[in-house]
This record gives sequence, C-alpha cells and structure tokens, in this order.
Amino acid sequence: MYKIVKKRALNEAANTIEMVIEAPLVVRNARPGQFIILRLDEYGERIPLTIAGYDREKGTVTIMFQPVGQTTQMLNLMEEGDYIADFVGPLGKPTNMEGLKKVAVVGGGVGCAIAYPVAKGMHEAGIQVDMIAGFRNKDFVILEDEMRAGCTNLYITTDDGSYSEKGFTTDKLKELIESGREYDEVVAIGPAVMMKFVCAITKPYGIKTIVSLNPIMVDGTGMCGCCRVTVGGKTRFACVEGPEFDGHEVDWDELIKRNSFYIEEETEAKKHVCRLTGGIRRG
Amino acid sequence: MANMNPKKNPMPEQEPLVRNKNFQEVALGYSAEAAIDEAKRCLQCKHKPCVSGCPVNVRIPEFIAKVAEGEFEEAYRIITSTNSLPAICGRVCPQETQCEAKCVRGIKGEPVGIGRLERFVADYHNLCDHNQHKELAKPPESNGHKVAIIGSGPAGLTCAGDLARQGYEVTIFEAFHKPGGVLVYGIPEFRLPKSVVAREIKRLEYFGVKIVTNAVIGRSLSIDELFEEGYEAVFIGSGAGLPQFLNIPGENLLGVYSANEYLTRINLMKAYLPEYDTPIKSCRKVAVVGGGNVAMDAARCAKRMGAEEVYIVYRRSMNELPARAEEVHHAMEEEIIFKLLSNPVAILGNDEGKVVGLECVQMELGECDESGRCRPIEIKGSNFVIDVDTVIIAIGTSPNPLISSTTEGLEATKWGCIVADDKMATSREGVFAGGDAVTGAATVILAAGAGKTAASSIVEYIESKNKE
Repeated sequence: MYKIVKKRALNEAANTIEMVIEAPLVVRNARPGQFIILRLDEYGERIPLTIAGYDREKGTVTIMFQPVGQTTQMLNLMEEGDYIADFVGPLGKPTNMEGLKKVAVVGGGVGCAIAYPVAKGMHEAGIQVDMIAGFRNKDFVILEDEMRAGCTNLYITTDDGSYSEKGFTTDKLKELIESGREYDEVVAIGPAVMMKFVCAITKPYGIKTIVSLNPIMVDGTGMCGCCRVTVGGKTRFACVEGPEFDGHEVDWDELIKRNSFYIEEETEAKKHVCRLTGGIRRG
Repeated sequence: MANMNPKKNPMPEQEPLVRNKNFQEVALGYSAEAAIDEAKRCLQCKHKPCVSGCPVNVRIPEFIAKVAEGEFEEAYRIITSTNSLPAICGRVCPQETQCEAKCVRGIKGEPVGIGRLERFVADYHNLCDHNQHKELAKPPESNGHKVAIIGSGPAGLTCAGDLARQGYEVTIFEAFHKPGGVLVYGIPEFRLPKSVVAREIKRLEYFGVKIVTNAVIGRSLSIDELFEEGYEAVFIGSGAGLPQFLNIPGENLLGVYSANEYLTRINLMKAYLPEYDTPIKSCRKVAVVGGGNVAMDAARCAKRMGAEEVYIVYRRSMNELPARAEEVHHAMEEEIIFKLLSNPVAILGNDEGKVVGLECVQMELGECDESGRCRPIEIKGSNFVIDVDTVIIAIGTSPNPLISSTTEGLEATKWGCIVADDKMATSREGVFAGGDAVTGAATVILAAGAGKTAASSIVEYIESKNKE
C-alpha cells in the first residue's frame, strides 16, 4: 500500500491535481522522463502517469493529473492519508540530456506537469531552456511560478486568450524559431494532437524533436504489447523503448486512433463513478 | 490386488456447451473413491520409470500407494517433499509426455492418471483448515543467508520453496501487483483457478518466503543493488514475457491483441467480472493465430467472453499442433473452429482503423525435418479472408530483455535468453537463472524443475563461499 502524503489542486478551478505518494522503491532510481503505473484498489485498472517529481530523502514521488477518466476521477476522491493499492516504477527510459545546449520545451495542458521537471532538469544541467506552456484557458493554468523558476524564458499561451498570450503552443514555437532562436532540440509533451503539430512545425527546420508518448498500457514492462507505436516504420513498445521517441518518426494518426480504442467503455465507466459508487471502493 | 481396468477413471468435467459460457474450472477433480480406485491401477514398479519422466522427481509410486490406502495427507507430504506446487502441476503439467508417458500401464492401455491423482491429493489437503496448515508449516530456523528471487512464476516459486525449507531467507521480487507470474496472468481461471495458485503461494509464505510485489528488477532495483542490500545469491526466473508479432500489415489496427495482453486483461485484471474496471472489447468473431496452449487458452477465453465464432488459425495441420492433445480436445468440444494449413498474410481494417478481416493463404505440408515436423508451403493464389473483428496473436513469446540489458556481465543470446549452464549458473558470479528466461517459452513444470536445480546450486554456492 502506498500512502498519499500530500494532495493539492494546482489551480483555483481544481481541474489539475498534484499528489505526493510514499513509494521508496520507485524513488530510488527515478529520473525525469520516466513514469509509474498505479492501481487504486483490487478492482482498479492499471494506468500510467508520468513522474512529475521526486524526493529521494523522503522517499516520495509526485504525480499530477486531470480527473477526466474513471480512474483519475476516483483517485481525486482520495485524500491525504489514504492509501493506493499499487504504485510501480520507475518505468520507461529517462530523458536524454547529454550534448544539449539550447532547448525548447513545449508543454500542453497537464503535459506541463511532465514537461516542467524535464525543463527544470535541463536548466539545472546548464542548458538554456525556453519553455512554452499552453492551456485551454485561464482556469487550466498550472505551475506558473515553478516553471518560471525552472527555465530561462517562459511563454504561456491560452487557446482563448483569457490569460497571457492568445494562441496555441505551436504558434509561439513557430514565432520563436522564425525570430531567429536556435534550438538543438525541441521537447514536446502534451496531447498527441499537439505533439503531432509541434513536429510539423519543427520538421522543415530540421530541429530534432523529442516527444513523450502516452499510449494505453497494461503492465508497463514490455509484456503485453498494448502500447505499441509505429516509429520510423517499426513497431516499438513505448513502455520499455520509450516513452520518449523522435517525434518526426512517429505515426501520429495510428497513435491517436489506438488511444481512442476504449473510449466507449470509458464513457460508460465514468457514468458509473458519478451515479453509483460516488466514492472510492475499498478492495 | 491391482485394478486391471485398461482405462483411467474418467475425469468429471463441466458440459462443453455450459462451460464455454463461464470461467469456472472445466475439470472438476476426482472423488476420494475414484482416486483410490485409480491409485490401485498403479503396479508399484520397482524401477519407477514414471519418476524419471518428472522434471522435479516426484516420488510417484510412493504417493500413489498412500492414496490407495486412503492416507491422503501422507501422500501430500510425499509429493511436497520434492514439489512445491502440486495443485498447479496436477492441473497444467503435460503428463502425457512426462511421467505418464513412461507408465508401464500405458503399454497395453491408458497409463495411471498420475496428474489427476496429484491434483486430488493437493486439493484434498488444501480444503483442510488453513490455520492448521500454518501450524504445520512453521518456518525452519533461519541460517542467516539471504537469497533474492526475481519473478514469482513457477521457476521462482519452486526455487523459493526449496531454499526456504532449508532455512534460507528468501525474498521474491514480482513486477506485477499479484504474485504467480504466468500462473495468474496467463493460464485462465477455467484451467487453473487463481484461488489454487493463491493457496500454494500462501503456503510458501508460511515457510517464511517474503514476496515484494510492484518491484521491477532492472528498473526499480538492479541486480547489483540486490547484492549491495546483502543478498548473497540471485535467481532470475523472470519468464518469457515479450510477445512476438507476425510482422504483417495491419498488426497495429484496433482489435489486434497479443495473447499476453488479451489473457492479462482477462485473467490478472479480471475483465470478465463486471465489478472490475479493466476494459475489454466485446467481440463477435475472433481469430487466434497460433497452435500452442496459449492459443487454445485465448480462443477459449474469447468464447467465454461471448464471441459467436472463434477460430484457431494455424499454418500446419492437426498433427503438428503444439498444444496438449487435451487442450485441443477441450477447445473443439467448446466449438472453437480450427482453420488449419492457413497462414495469415495481412490484417484488414476499415476507415476507423478497426479490424474487419484476416487475410490468409492456404498452405500444404512439404518436406519433413529430422524431428518429423513438416514444413508448410504456401499455395500460390489461394488467399482467402476470414470475417473477424478481433485478431489475437499467440505465436510465442521471448524473454524480456529488461534484466539482461541492465545487468553488466550477464550473458544473453541474441533472442534475449539468459545463458545458464546445466546447474543454472549464469556468466555472473552468484547469479543463477532458469525457466523460460533461459529456455524461451516452455512449460510450467520445466520451469519448476529449473527452479529446483537452481536452488540446490545456490545452496552449494553459498556453502562453498562461506567455507573459504
């Protein structure tokens, strides 16, 4: 069992939640870019979440999520002091930071929660980091102060212009590149559609673009093959060979389709959370 | 006086068309009377040919003699002196190619139902009061030596059981949230009830074996870190979990599963029970590609999940099917359709990226190799399409490279199999390996046998090291 030692909403609208979980076995070898899989209770499914931070001394791992699916909604019903049944990791390969001098990190929505530690890690390693963080609107903005402290220049965009600059992250990235900013690498973390368009922007400039993929997973150790993605014409398992890949090589349309596979079941299950259980089960 | 009936006592089973709609166990087990009657068929041969056919050397005639006398607990004690997992082995071992293949009664009739008797004895014991077991299974005094075991499948559990009985402090590290490995994620409930697995594991815990779940060795901890933590030897029994795909067009369409994924969703994650959250698609027509036990398991699961038509698509003929005869027989009884001499060439999809068919080509058998296995040859232009909405790939698995790729100095083959000698020692001192992680996908009992050999090698290694 894994204790929730801290829980807080990352913005006033409380649509993005941070939890700090006691997980000594996960934290020992955790590095930015890796993920965990959790299962709430005996009846829960296994869902992957990227590691947003960790404290080796305290033995804790930070996760951030939007309560939009069945499991994340139920997770949000848990409070400090509650226990999660299973929490395993670190899984996947850590972010490569070697040989980089100037990087743009693009985060979309809750993806900023994962982009932030990557940006921070790079910034601490002496890399010049421009961070572009995009949100749907003012209510969804998270981690502004943390991100600002964790990079060289922070640019926030909102789709509707209700906060900071109006527009998409891709617009801002394009603007920066066209204004003459040079990057060794762009890192994009967010919804698959956003990552796809970031790649479309960087491709003509030949800027290497790393993306962190979020396919459906079961075990997270290379056993089920559910997370397979086509990269450079080859099938790869995101859980062990990723989650980060060269975005210019990823078959985005296939990934987006595969991620929608259980959408009907998910919609049905969410109704179940609201109507029937109304709270967490104790398995 | 021996029972000279040439046939085994029949195994009571659920009716095929009833059981293919539920997940309860197919074979119901012998009654005490049937077990005693079957035990009396054993001739108590002096040279014990059956024992030589058993990878863990169960003292077969001895335990059968006790069954014949109605001394079931005594029979249990004899079996478990060499086999830590009798309720499991009695159900899933291919006895027909092992102990029973060597049975003298098999020359002029059916061999003694050794597997059925083993299962009966284990089930009889397990139905007794559990607290009493705890009393009986007091852990032996610790000898102070710590051994780490990676993976809680049949190899790891057997190795752990043998070491714990000799006083070693054993910790098993399991990547999943539940111990049992392939016994819980792979083999379905209707062939091996998970409560049976849980009981066998509980018994090991009574013996002092510690199990740490959610621990991915190679990620959470490395083998080197295990040594730093004071473990004197490590056994790798991490199995062959990496699914192989066909590498044909359409394999990433929606509705294509590896057998590992399909079976894990159903068996470990209990997608067949409504109270569990695990999503799975309800499918109408399913093609399972492959002819082994895993293919049979996947096909029979699909039928139970409500599929109307389930096909086994296999490129050779009935004679070459690698699955146990009993599994094939059960699958046929349950109305699984066998499309033999059929080789998939493409999976067809619609605009939404969902599976709508499996294109195959007809095969014929060509020359046979030394083992008598004939090579399938494509009949040009004989392509045909099976109308399906789901394709499950069950053509085999190879060892997961996670450990070999994160452990310096640990030799592995190009197929990812860890190299180990006949004593299960690897290229790294103090590191032993066995089961599917070494051989590639094989059987539960071969893995258990390897775990057993490794346990005695580990004892030898630790003893000799401490003499120095």
